[in-house]
Amino acid sequence: MSAYKLVVVSAGLSKPSSTRLLADRLADSTVRQLALAGREVEVTVVELRDLAVEIANNFVTGFPGAALRGAIEAVTEADGLIAVTPIFTASYSGLFKSFFDVIDHDALTGKPVLIAATGGTPRHSLALEHAVRPLFGYLRAVVLPTAVYAATDDWGAAGDGLTDGLPRRIDRAAGELAALLSGRGSAAPTVPEQAAAEQVVPFAQQLAALRV
Amino acid sequence: MQFGIFSVGDVTTDPTTGRTPSEHERIKAMVAIARKAEEVGLDVFATGEHHNPPFVPSSPTTMLGYIAAQTERIILSTSTTLITTNDPVKIAEDFAMLQHLAEGRVDVMMGRGNTGPVYPWFGKDIRQGIPLAIENYALLHQLWREEVVDWQGRFRTPLQGFTSTPRPLDDLPPFVWHGSIRSPEIAEQAAYYGDGFFANNIFWPKEHFRKLVNLYRERYAHYGHGTPEQAIVGLGGQVFMRKNSQDAVREFRPYFDNAPVYGHGPSLEEFTEQTPLTVGSPQEVIEKTLTFRETFGDYQRQLFLMDHAGLPLKTVLEQLDLLGEEVVPVLREEFAKGRPAEVPEGPTHAALLAARDEKAAETVGEQAGENENEKVEVSK
Repeated sequence: MSAYKLVVVSAGLSKPSSTRLLADRLADSTVRQLALAGREVEVTVVELRDLAVEIANNFVTGFPGAALRGAIEAVTEADGLIAVTPIFTASYSGLFKSFFDVIDHDALTGKPVLIAATGGTPRHSLALEHAVRPLFGYLRAVVLPTAVYAATDDWGAAGDGLTDGLPRRIDRAAGELAALLSGRGSAAPTVPEQAAAEQVVPFAQQLAALRV
Repeated sequence: MQFGIFSVGDVTTDPTTGRTPSEHERIKAMVAIARKAEEVGLDVFATGEHHNPPFVPSSPTTMLGYIAAQTERIILSTSTTLITTNDPVKIAEDFAMLQHLAEGRVDVMMGRGNTGPVYPWFGKDIRQGIPLAIENYALLHQLWREEVVDWQGRFRTPLQGFTSTPRPLDDLPPFVWHGSIRSPEIAEQAAYYGDGFFANNIFWPKEHFRKLVNLYRERYAHYGHGTPEQAIVGLGGQVFMRKNSQDAVREFRPYFDNAPVYGHGPSLEEFTEQTPLTVGSPQEVIEKTLTFRETFGDYQRQLFLMDHAGLPLKTVLEQLDLLGEEVVPVLREEFAKGRPAEVPEGPTHAALLAARDEKAAETVGEQAGENENEKVEVSK
């Protein structure tokens, strides 16, 4: 069986960034849990910081530059996606949203997506539920039940009787992603652009649909 | 191979002077540009159709009729005519009238518009963009070819016993191009009818358009109009030239940086690398344009966008001098080299008329051969 294609999108801005740290922890856990099931995973990380200018240019010109096109293709062809954003002003960051704005609306349809976020305070954790989850709902992705929020304090806390610590939440979410992926074949059928262009509806059929 | 220019007809402030031309000035400038295009030996002038500021050309056949009266040789065309929101009956009438006035120097490019609200402004639904383009063109096609039309469709009042007047010049409809930047359906439509396909490739990378043009070529052959190489392809281009490459870059950069379409985005250098835009010497323009043939195959029409981004009329006219004197003569020569004999030239009324007469003569010959003892009636 071929390796699963797992794409990690991180919208962290600083280097190093806690958003990227969370993204890597989630990816590692997913790889580990799929390895237990005897499956290999090929991980591709998309750092949106590096694409910030190309994303802005795409809005202006209507087409992606070469690096952005590569990132969009990777996301489109992924078997599963881990999407991690910092929470800015009570929601996903503008850069994170902009990346998904320039991707085709159908590109994520049916794709398993693990959502996660970082923030300075635990009080913003529900931004994952009221902002990030609806975004991927609109894109018809299959968003996993567990979304992982890491506040600054979580990196130095062990959880308590009511809430698991960050490592267990990471493993739970990654476990859901691994379970969903292993229930599916690898390499979700992709329709390269060329093939899509060739799948044109014959003109007679288009005319008949209008009964002209 | 035909060379020409196409204009969007935008009224844009010159970023170097802060001066904005009036609509009147811009309209007269478009006419001056069209006349200059003929003077420097170009084959085609095409105008856009827009129904929102800052664009002036809302009424293309009015403008083209006026230009027709002031020119003798150049083909007048559009880039594009809105097949979605215009009544196809009115398109049939307007362009047939223009054809008569211009002695056949007319063709037309179908498109779907540049702004969403143009649909509701003309009582149409943007979600029906493609079906409108298909149905309206089917009617237009029929109106130009059948004298009396009974017709019923989804988007327009039915017609019973309707005759579109005047009839096309010599009963030969204007040649039609279908313009598209992203829709395979439109490439398919152009192929189905054996019409031309114009890929306005000026703002996007070539890979995207190669797929569309290849699709059109394959489907053109599929529908029996000829080989894929014989399909009628038009391409866009966008250039700014000075004798000295650095002068061109220096002069054009403020226009590029503030251009309405791509300004304040990628750098001039990034954009020229990714799209057909060429800013440099005439030789650089020649070299870049010749690469189009490598990407898209031998083609029939090359249109350049020359008057936009607030460039003053004087500059545009200088550009046309360079285009007509230094670039196009070389391109004509170079494109002719190695061009297979079976690849058609760019469409003209005279050539299409000759082709029709030749075909009619062949048909008569065949019929006469088959019905040796019968009298053959040949309709016009």
